Amino acid sequence: MINTDKNYDVIVVGGGHNGLVCANYLAKDGRKVLIVEANDSLGGASATSPLNDEFSVSSCAHWLFQLNPTVASDMGLTKHGLEIAARDLSTIALAEDGNHLTIDGDKLEGAGISDEDRKAFVAFNKQITKFCKLLAGAFNRRAPKLVEGNLTDRITVAKLGLGMKMLGKEDMSDLMRLALINIYDVMEENFDNDLLKGAISLDSLLGSHMGPRSPNTVYGYIYRRMGTVYGFNGPAVVKGGMGAVGKAMANAAQASGVDIEVGVTVSKINVDVDRTTGVTLADGRVINAALVVSNADPKTTFNKLVGLGNIETGVARRVKTMRMKGDAAKLHIALDSLPNFTGLTEQQMGQRLVIAPTMNYIESAFNASKYGEYSKAPAMDISIPSIHDATLAPQGKHVMSVIVQYAPYELDGGWNDEKKDAFKELVIDRIADFAPDLKDKIVASELLTPVDLEERFHIHGGHWHHGEISLDQILMMRPFPGTSQYGTSVDGLYLCGAGNHPGGGVMGLAGHNAAKEIIKRGKSA
Amino acid sequence: MMPHDETMILETPFHSRCLALCEINLWEDWKGYRSAAAYTSVEQEYFAVRSNTGVFDISPMIKYRFTGPDAGAYLNRLVTRDISKIAIDRVAYTVWCDDKGHVMDDGTIFHLAENDYRLCAYARCLDWLMWSAEGFDVTIVDETAEVAALAVQGPTSCAVFKDMGFEGIENLKPFGITRYPFGGSEVMISRTGFTGDLGYEIWIEPALAESFWDALFDAGKLRGIRPIGGAALDMLRTETGFLQAGVDFIPAEEAIRTGRSRSPFELGLGWLVSFDKPVFNGRKALLKEKKEGSRYAFVYLDVEGNKPAEYAFIYVGNKEVGTVTTAAWCPTAKTNVAFAQVDAKYGKVGQELVAEIYYERELKWTRVMAKCTVIEGAVFNPPRKRQTPAPDF
Ligand SMILES: Cc1cc2nc3c(=O)[nH]c(=O)nc-3n(C[C@H](O)[C@H](O)[C@H](O)COP(=O)(O)OP(=O)(O)OC[C@H]3O[C@@H](n4cnc5c(N)ncnc54)[C@H](O)[C@@H]3O)c2cc1C
Repeated sequence: MINTDKNYDVIVVGGGHNGLVCANYLAKDGRKVLIVEANDSLGGASATSPLNDEFSVSSCAHWLFQLNPTVASDMGLTKHGLEIAARDLSTIALAEDGNHLTIDGDKLEGAGISDEDRKAFVAFNKQITKFCKLLAGAFNRRAPKLVEGNLTDRITVAKLGLGMKMLGKEDMSDLMRLALINIYDVMEENFDNDLLKGAISLDSLLGSHMGPRSPNTVYGYIYRRMGTVYGFNGPAVVKGGMGAVGKAMANAAQASGVDIEVGVTVSKINVDVDRTTGVTLADGRVINAALVVSNADPKTTFNKLVGLGNIETGVARRVKTMRMKGDAAKLHIALDSLPNFTGLTEQQMGQRLVIAPTMNYIESAFNASKYGEYSKAPAMDISIPSIHDATLAPQGKHVMSVIVQYAPYELDGGWNDEKKDAFKELVIDRIADFAPDLKDKIVASELLTPVDLEERFHIHGGHWHHGEISLDQILMMRPFPGTSQYGTSVDGLYLCGAGNHPGGGVMGLAGHNAAKEIIKRGKSA
Repeated sequence: MMPHDETMILETPFHSRCLALCEINLWEDWKGYRSAAAYTSVEQEYFAVRSNTGVFDISPMIKYRFTGPDAGAYLNRLVTRDISKIAIDRVAYTVWCDDKGHVMDDGTIFHLAENDYRLCAYARCLDWLMWSAEGFDVTIVDETAEVAALAVQGPTSCAVFKDMGFEGIENLKPFGITRYPFGGSEVMISRTGFTGDLGYEIWIEPALAESFWDALFDAGKLRGIRPIGGAALDMLRTETGFLQAGVDFIPAEEAIRTGRSRSPFELGLGWLVSFDKPVFNGRKALLKEKKEGSRYAFVYLDVEGNKPAEYAFIYVGNKEVGTVTTAAWCPTAKTNVAFAQVDAKYGKVGQELVAEIYYERELKWTRVMAKCTVIEGAVFNPPRKRQTPAPDF
C-alpha cells in the first residue's frame, strides 16, 4: 500500500520479477521504495491465473530454468515460500510414431539415436557450457559502454576478452564463428537425429521472431542454456505455478521494507524538462520521487509513460526501431483426467514435451509468421505441471500449458475471436496427433495470442524478452545504443526489466544489475 | 510543374520571367531547381539591393508546413529557440540540432495562424521531421513546390510595394507577416530576408507567380528594380554577417567525418538556444557544452588589405588555429570581411590573428600574411533595416 506520509526515494513501475528484485536490493540499501503494479498479482509474466473456478495455470512463463542463484539466495526465496515441485526435468522430443527422443542432461535415449550423436551431444554440451560460463561473467553486471568506457566497463570488457582467450584457440574461434551463423547449420554440422536437431533448434528461438536458419539463433540457444551455470540441469516446475515466484519475491521485498501497491496502473512518468519527478497514477494520484525505475518494457516506458515528445528525437527513433514483436502464444487446457500420449508413461508426461520433429518443420512454421499468418503446423513446448503440483487442479484432474510458436503479434487483418478459435482448434488437433484421447478430456481451454499477452501483462508486442535477443540488441546495444546501463536520457529514470542487459526469462539479473547501478551512482543517480 | 523523377532539374514558378531576364545565362542548381547565379553582372545586382531593389527568386527554398494541435509543441522540441514566444504573424530565425547538440540546419519559422507554422530550411530533412513527430499530433507537409516565393530587398522595396497598392506595408515590423489581396487570391508578405537591408519576402500560390512578378517589375521600373542571382546574394549576406549552411557549417546529418559538425555555440548562435523551455533536441549535450566549454568559436574578421581571405588558414604566431569559411570584399562597408572557425580560446572580440592568403595575378601566385581582428559582427547594418514605419526612398 502507498504510505502517503512516506517520501519515497524510488518508485518502481511494475511488479514483475525484475521490478521486485530491483526494489528489494534498493530497499536493502536503505532507500524508501514503492512498487506500483497494474495487475492484482505480482510477478508480471511470471504469473499464475485461474483458468476457471477449479483450475489455475502459469499463464505466461511456465518453466523455471534460469533463475540466477545469487538473486534467489540474496532474496531468501525459499524462506519466503518458493517451493520447487519438480526440477532437472528431461525434454522429450515427440515423434508421431511414438518413438520419442528423451534428452536428460548429457544423456540421449530413444528415437534410434546413434552412438555418434550421443558422443557429439556430450561434446556439444561441454562447449555450450563453456560459452555460458563466459557469458555469465558479463551477465551479472552492467554491459560496458560502446565508447568512453570507464574502469568498471573496461574490466567487464577485459574479462570477456580474457575469458574468450581462456576458452582456448579452438573454442574461441568457434564462438566467434558460431555466434554469427545459425542453429540450423550448427545442428547439421554436429548431429544426424532429426528430433535432436529439432528440439535444440526450438530452444534457440522460443519467444523470438526467428526460424532455425535465422542469424542470432546460436546466441539465442546459448542464452537459453544459461541455466546450466545457474544450477539447473533442465527445467523446473514451481509449486503453485510461476506466480509463486512473484509471491515469494514480493514477500522478500516487503520484508526488506518495500511498499507495494497492486491493481493501479501508472499512467505517466512525470518529467520536468529532463528529470523525472515521480509518477501519475491512473486514478489521478501523483507520487513524487527523485528516482523512477521502470520494469515496463522500453517501448511501453517511452511511448506511453514518458511520451516520445518528452525525449530527444534520436532516442525516440531508437525506441521506435527496437525490434520486439512477439511470436509465441500460450494455450491452456483444463483436463478431467490425464490424456494418453502415445508411447509415454505418466512419469514421462511430467517432463518437458516438445513438438518440433524436424528443423524444416520449425522453419515452415516460421515462414507463415513472416507473412503475417499463424503457423498451420506450429512448434510447441508443453508442460503438464499438475503431475507434480496438486494445487493447480482438483484431485485426478490436470492442466496443460503450451507455448505455441508461431503466432505473430501483427497477424494479417488482426486477431479476432474467430481466428483465435480456429488457431486454438488447430493447435489442439496438432497435440492430439500425439495424444489421441486429448480432446475427450478437455473441460476448458484458452488461447492467449501475443496481443492478449500484451493486454494482460502490459508487454509491448507480447514479447518474451521485452525486445528481441539478437546480436544487435544485446550487451551495450540493449535495449538500444546510448541507453544501455539502466539509466536513460531522462535523469533519474532507470529501466530494470527484461528489455535490458542481459535479457528476459525469469532470471532476475536485469533487476539485480539495475539496482547495483543505481546504488553505485549514489547521489548522482 | 514536372515531378522530380521526370526531369533532371526543376523550374520555379517564376522561371519564364527569370529566363527572359537572365542575359548571361548563368544558372546553378539550388536543391534541384534551376536558379540564376547572375542575370547581368554580379556587382550591378549587388548594388541594386544596396541602392534600389533587387529581386531574388527563393522558390527553391525547402518549405515545410506544420499543422495540428501539437504543432507548436512539436517545433519547440525540434528547434533550439522558444517557439512559444513567437506570436501569430511573426517570424523567427532558428537552428535545429541532433541529439549531440550539433546544428542540422538553420532556417526561419513562420507562425501563420493558431497551430499552423511554416519552416524554411536549407536542406531537405523530412525523415528527421517525421521521426521527431512520434508522440505529437502534428501533420507535416513538404510544400516547397506549392509556394512560390521572392525576396524583394533594398531601400526602395517598401516604396515599390506601396506603388503596388499594398497600403500600410510601411508599418510592418521586422519579422512581421501581413497579407494583401492579389489576383483574386492573396499574397503573404513578411519583412524578412538574407541581405541585412530593408526588405521583404513574398509568398504566393504558383499560379499567381508570373502575374505577381509582372506587377512587381511594373511598379518598380522607376525605382531601379532588377533581378539578382545567387552570387550577388552571397556578397550581401557576407556583408551583413549571415551564415550559409553547407558553407559556414556542415549540416550534422550530412557530415560524414566525425568532428566536422558544430554546435550553435561554436557557430556564434548561442543566442538562439533557450534552456528555459521543455526538452528539445540537443539540450543535454548543449547544457554540457555550456558547462564544459566549446571546441571552436565562429568569428567575424576584419582582414587587413583588400585581398579576400578565401580558404585561408588562420594563425596565432606560428600556430594554426583555424580556417576561413567565407570571405569577401564588402563594397558598401568597404571592409575586407572573413568568417572563420577558430579554436575556442581565440574567439574573443579584439583578438588579433593572421590570415594566410594566397592570390593569383596572371599565373603568379602571391602569399600575404594579413593581420586580422575579431570584430563584433555585421559590417553592414543600416538603420533602415529596422526602422518602422519603413523609410521611403
Ligand atoms: C509466451 C511466453 C512464455 C514464456 N515462457 C517462459 C518460461 O517458460 N520460462 C521463463 O523463464 N521465461 C519465460 N518467458 C519470459 C518471461 O516471462 C519474461 O521474460 C519475464 O517474465 C520478464 O520479467 P520482467 O520482470 O522483466 O517483466 P514483466 O514480467 O513483464 O513485468 C513487468 C510488470 O510491469 C507491469 N507494468 C507494465 N506497465 C505498467 C504500468 N504502466 N503501470 C503499472 N505496472 C505496469 C506489468 O503489469 C508487469 O507486471 C515467457 C514469455 C512469454 C511471452
